[in-house]
Amino acid sequence: MNILMIIRIAFLALARNKARAALTMLGVIIGVAAVIAMVSIGQGAQASVNEQIASIGTNLLFVTAGAANTGGVRSGTADLGRRTLTVDDVNAIKVEVPTVALVSPIVSSRAQIVFGNANWNTSVQGVSDQFQAIRLWKVQDGAFISDSDVQTEARVIVLGQTVANNLFMGTEPVGQTVRVMNLPFRVIGVMASKGQDAQGRDQDDITFAPYTTVQKKLLAITYIQSAYVSAVSADATYSAQSQIASLLRQRHKLAPNEDDDFFVRNQADIAATADATNSIMTLLLGSIAGVSLLVGGIGIMNIMLVSVTERTREIGIRMAIGARSSAIRTQFLIEAIVLSLCGGAIGIVLGILISILIPKILGWATLISSTAIIGSVIFSVAVGVFFGYYPARKAANLDPIDALRYE
Amino acid sequence: MGTEAELVIQMESIHKTYTMGDVEVHALRGISLQVRKGEFVAIMGASGSGKSTMMNILGCLDNPTKGTYFLDGEDVSALSKDDRSDIRNRKIGFIFQGFNLLSRTSARENVELPMLYAGIDTNERLKRTSEALASVGLAGRENNHPNQLSGGQQQRVAIARSLVNQPAIILADEPTGNLDSRTSIEVMEIFQKLNREKGITLIVVTHEPDIARFAGRVVLFKDGRIKKDYPVIDQLDATNELKSLPEISDDDDLIEIEDIDGTDALT
Repeated sequence: MNILMIIRIAFLALARNKARAALTMLGVIIGVAAVIAMVSIGQGAQASVNEQIASIGTNLLFVTAGAANTGGVRSGTADLGRRTLTVDDVNAIKVEVPTVALVSPIVSSRAQIVFGNANWNTSVQGVSDQFQAIRLWKVQDGAFISDSDVQTEARVIVLGQTVANNLFMGTEPVGQTVRVMNLPFRVIGVMASKGQDAQGRDQDDITFAPYTTVQKKLLAITYIQSAYVSAVSADATYSAQSQIASLLRQRHKLAPNEDDDFFVRNQADIAATADATNSIMTLLLGSIAGVSLLVGGIGIMNIMLVSVTERTREIGIRMAIGARSSAIRTQFLIEAIVLSLCGGAIGIVLGILISILIPKILGWATLISSTAIIGSVIFSVAVGVFFGYYPARKAANLDPIDALRYE
Repeated sequence: MGTEAELVIQMESIHKTYTMGDVEVHALRGISLQVRKGEFVAIMGASGSGKSTMMNILGCLDNPTKGTYFLDGEDVSALSKDDRSDIRNRKIGFIFQGFNLLSRTSARENVELPMLYAGIDTNERLKRTSEALASVGLAGRENNHPNQLSGGQQQRVAIARSLVNQPAIILADEPTGNLDSRTSIEVMEIFQKLNREKGITLIVVTHEPDIARFAGRVVLFKDGRIKKDYPVIDQLDATNELKSLPEISDDDDLIEIEDIDGTDALT
């Protein structure tokens, strides 16, 4: 028995009832389209978070003062009150760790910034001239803090977009003088907008001043709270991380049984965490859509079963004129596979269409995943075979005499 | 050997017993029948006489419980389901009372179907389909679906379908049961033509004595046995019968309608 003939027979049989074929396919169409659209939404979200994290810099390391063990109470949060980290530590990291490219101490304070009759409460970050290069953050207007500003403890300030907008309302900020804790600071630049971070916080609601100025004139402290360090490359971040840790342990004269009094975190870890979260979300969305694909498959089985009963006489005729059981079984199986495969193909087109339309209508990022497409094609064929087999076997096992007599 | 080749059907004490619950039903009780090539046999009998069971066994839809059955020289007494399918495909053409065409499928595709299962290539299929449809007078109706054809035309599609694989016998189960008397005779005319001109062996199961008279031989069943087996002496010729039939054609209807119109016009 020629398989091509059976395929031809199956197609002819499907063509005899186009409406039923189309309705049967609908379940698989919706299932496959849902899987592709859901996974592309999930992956789109994942990609945009990864992009934001990458924009901070993947070779970034973050050193903070504090310990995981404070008087026996262990925790993972940094104790910013600890005064263990100094500018000398940071300079030592820069000089002694070969995998480190740039460093910037961070001292941070919240302050009310006043310009004329406008005022704005924001964060004042004391940083070095290298901060901008570490964070890959461009200045939109004016200049960033220079090394000489740091050396001379200059009262200069660089504003984030949000701060500039709230204080100056469209007028040119560069060259103007604002007051921070009653001290006059000259605005030397405005940062480019960075938008919201992955957690939805406004990254532009911030100002930068030389760390020496913030230490001495605003906070009157000698220690620093944290430091940004950039490794020479993304690959070098892990070795830089351990080298910084051992250097700081040595500098802080910690005995081998003592816990670190600092944390070194790297951006790759943060990225990995965010990635894992988003992967779970994608998996969740995908599996919910997968359930609808399964329901679509059961729909095929349902229709095929009904169809075997409804077409009993047809099966009887086919058997009487010489169709073997295997030919009947193959025909019904091929019908089921054709239904699920065609449904899958239309579903792919629909899913891609939805994935293209969602960013335009809802503004969500989507990323069409080839894995989801290939996966749903394989799944829809599997659905066809799996849910088509039982009705096909039922049809093949009919007795031609009974089937012919069936009304 | 020469005489054996002449025998298309050779049945020796065929028994068929069904078990219904605890009761054994003896549908056939030792049937011996021989049919030569080119015969036109009518199998007759009341309902329950075993003629349907006989039809199932003759058509290799079922195996006999006991006995031997040679069809066209092949022993088909105890075949598997698949082997019976193949035998039906190659050696037997079926014609049923209810036509049993595939609905929503053109006449051409219905006739093609046995050849699809036989694996015959496209060109040969198309050639044989056209020939078969032409031989039953349906040339030009190839693309009509069963619901666009009259009962007689549907039965003629079924006849064409039974012919295409050039079977050893054609089995017709009450082929005129769903047709009016005139169309019935038209179908018998086709049978007689196929039998006389092409030498096709025909077995018609019927309960109508009028239909049996078109055959050359009658086998009468009663209680699972052959009661009588006799040649038809005064065999009817379907073509002549059709000529002698009064024309119940459209013309009569037309005249009546005109009459009514006439009376309407007068009043």
